[in-house]
Amino acid sequence: MATFNFELVSPERVLFSGAVDAVVLPASEGDMTVLSGHAPMMTTLKTGFLVVTSTPGNGTRVLVRGGFADINQNGLTVLAERALPAEELTHEILDKEILQAEMAWDATNDPVARQAAESAIAQLREAKEALTY
Amino acid sequence: MPSLKDLRNRIASVKATQKITKAMQMVAAAKLRRAQSAAEAARPYAERMEVVLGNLASGITVGPETPRLLAGTGADQVHLLIVCTAERGLCGAFNSSIARLARDHANRLLAEGKTVKIICVGKKGYDILRRQFAQNIIELIDLRSVRQIGFDNAEQIAQKILGRFEAGEFDVATLFYSRFRSVIAQIPTAQQIIPAQLEATGVSSDAVYEYEPEEGEILATLLPRNLTVQIFRALLENAASEQGARMSAMDNATRNAGEMIKKQTQTYNRSRQAMITKELIEIISGAEAL
Repeated sequence: MATFNFELVSPERVLFSGAVDAVVLPASEGDMTVLSGHAPMMTTLKTGFLVVTSTPGNGTRVLVRGGFADINQNGLTVLAERALPAEELTHEILDKEILQAEMAWDATNDPVARQAAESAIAQLREAKEALTY
Repeated sequence: MPSLKDLRNRIASVKATQKITKAMQMVAAAKLRRAQSAAEAARPYAERMEVVLGNLASGITVGPETPRLLAGTGADQVHLLIVCTAERGLCGAFNSSIARLARDHANRLLAEGKTVKIICVGKKGYDILRRQFAQNIIELIDLRSVRQIGFDNAEQIAQKILGRFEAGEFDVATLFYSRFRSVIAQIPTAQQIIPAQLEATGVSSDAVYEYEPEEGEILATLLPRNLTVQIFRALLENAASEQGARMSAMDNATRNAGEMIKKQTQTYNRSRQAMITKELIEIISGAEAL
């Protein structure tokens, strides 16, 4: 299977860099899978798990929050404001993130921001469920 | 002429000082390594961000629909200066050179009849600027309790600035910090962050990009994020610069203390010898007189 270059960058460090088979992105308008030879595009991401497949049947999950993906002829670059590999993830961390999102919801009266915070909370809860498996 | 005891005390105190400066230099060297690698780890993100924003901005014509973070408010009356300095002193000219750059900028703006507001990040810059611009400083952000600067810290600052911008408190924001070139060279820098200055790279113009959601919408979500990234980068560069400046300042201090010890030991030995000679002469002339 053809591979392509994938980079996952958070503000504090480069989390992943190398050739992969496929990446599933939690794009803001629905999950999408990127394979090699994808048309150039750019999308924002919602909170959720990003799944990196570098060998068939083997995936690494990374929780990303707030970021965007840039697909061009050189490969895929994901810039995530926060990125946590599933192995480093615990229920406590997620609870903290949920609390933060809830506080953000409380802090604003702007309907757009409220909606964003609401969906972030829902997605984080979902991520917490998914982590149990 | 100081007595021998005075000289001994003075040498001992300089030696103690030298020990402290030496220790500070080594601590700064260790911290510098950490700060430098943190600054380097953050670089790819900031660079990517710049490229992507440049691509986006080059495809957009400035109009009434353009986000205000990019197009500006249309006015240029109220300027906000964000001055990032260290929380601690004893790092050579690091704090004062950033403060001087900010002060010159503020004076120029005031001379042009503009309104200047200042946000200080770090206590030292506040201490310096307070003397002249006490009524212009609107906020002091304290990062003293922060050991390693994280993205969260930058985010908090960015949120505060964005809140003020939304409230229409200023038109132009400039960030002052020190860029880390090397251990001996830190360059005080002024960078305009609102309205954002993007360099159109024009690399992707030949490729047909798909945007999801719309281009304008992506740009609107990215611009505030870019602000955070710029501040984060400035804070990291500043942290590395501070440690570099402290390291070379303390290196100098250690060397100066060494020279001082050498000089004073010489004086001490000389006067000790003079004393011995004097006593000998006294004994001999006493014996001769008998």
